[in-house]
Amino acid sequence: MREIDVQIIANFATQELAKLAFAYPSDVKESLTLAFQNEQNPSAKDILGVLLENEEIASRRHIPLCQDTGMVVFFAKLGQEVRFINGNLKEALDNAVKQAYGDHFLRKSVVKDPLFDRRNSLDNTPSILHVDLVDGDPFELEILTKGFGSENMSRIVMLTPADGIEGVKQAVMETARLAAPNACLPMILGIGIGGTMDVAAKIAKHACLRPIGEPHPDPRYAALEQELLSMLNATDYGPQGLGGDTTCLNVAIETYPTHIAGLPVAINVGCHVSRHSKGVF
Amino acid sequence: MRSFTLPLREADRLSLVCGENILLSGVMYTARDAAHLKMTQALKNGEALPFDLPSACLYYAGPSPTAEGEIIGSIGPTTAGRMDAVTPLLIEQGLRVTIGKGQRNLAVKQCMKQYGAIYLGAIGGAGARYATCVKAVEIIAYPELQSEAIRKLTVEDFPVTVIIDAKGKDRYDDFAVGVK
Repeated sequence: MREIDVQIIANFATQELAKLAFAYPSDVKESLTLAFQNEQNPSAKDILGVLLENEEIASRRHIPLCQDTGMVVFFAKLGQEVRFINGNLKEALDNAVKQAYGDHFLRKSVVKDPLFDRRNSLDNTPSILHVDLVDGDPFELEILTKGFGSENMSRIVMLTPADGIEGVKQAVMETARLAAPNACLPMILGIGIGGTMDVAAKIAKHACLRPIGEPHPDPRYAALEQELLSMLNATDYGPQGLGGDTTCLNVAIETYPTHIAGLPVAINVGCHVSRHSKGVF
Repeated sequence: MRSFTLPLREADRLSLVCGENILLSGVMYTARDAAHLKMTQALKNGEALPFDLPSACLYYAGPSPTAEGEIIGSIGPTTAGRMDAVTPLLIEQGLRVTIGKGQRNLAVKQCMKQYGAIYLGAIGGAGARYATCVKAVEIIAYPELQSEAIRKLTVEDFPVTVIIDAKGKDRYDDFAVGVK
């Protein structure tokens, strides 16, 4: 048994949440800078220039990059020989969210009830915690602060096995077309293929955390990621959906075995303000 | 690039052309999902709105909280399409200028054309940039809605692109994503 103090994890979360709101992660910064340099459409280049200027202002003046500082999603990789001490992990993470969102003037964007009582919870909690149980005693925490301009454009489709690779491509391209004007392009796509409906959606979201440019370990999926990225950037949707070469910065696929009758595909749309972080404990 | 004063004069509004980049200075009001529900309810109850609709420029936005020493927090546009369901009612009551991001639906576009209303686009994700254009802010209605309260903003050289002009031409129709 390895003991881990949940307050140490919470302190890490507080510190990362505070940073994420004010500067792009380094992979996003590099990708956007490169896109700006390569963009051939003048008005698209102007928009990418404004996004880079926005980041400079955000960092210098400590104003959030985007007013939608997101709903916080945690992914934990938990070794089954870990024992938490000094509190409950989920409570500690929610307290980290409360502290970071209060201390750094981040927007509280969570309502208590989705339908009957849409009153703001006033502290951006609850967060969402996904736990993946593994052997041994590792603990890793990934953090995503997800804005809803792009989240709202995400979709899940339950394809049939006969739909196959072409069906997956069509679902992705159709989702991107619908998302283009609204999802604060250039976008980042996390695609979950397989499992059950819920698992496809969960792994699609987890795929959004993968560093830009890091391919799927299976060369067949890595090739599909590249093909989809090329197709997306050939659409001329461009930044904000107003034309240009820069439609998508990254496509990441995650998979899970599935049922003989099914081919679930979830497409989680992320905006260019892809705020993600990871800690190993 | 042309600069305009808010409230926008009718002649100015009618002169704007789809795709044109302009700068706005003067007063605009923030309103997003929850404020739109409240305004719609107020109109149904025959009550007055918290600001003069015909002269108003509505900015679909909900800022992050204001830090010490700042005028406002991050304040980029939110998705205009979520306000589509109630926008024709507001246009019929006099609204002529809206700012947001993304596409409007066919019903809104038809209503806008009928009344000569315009829709201006700001860049989603550039909230810190727009914060630097805001010179004064005051919550004028629905403070219980927090970030969704209606705020009166005084802005200087706020950059926008004309997405839908008074003749009904839509910038998104020029691109692959145009509303079908």
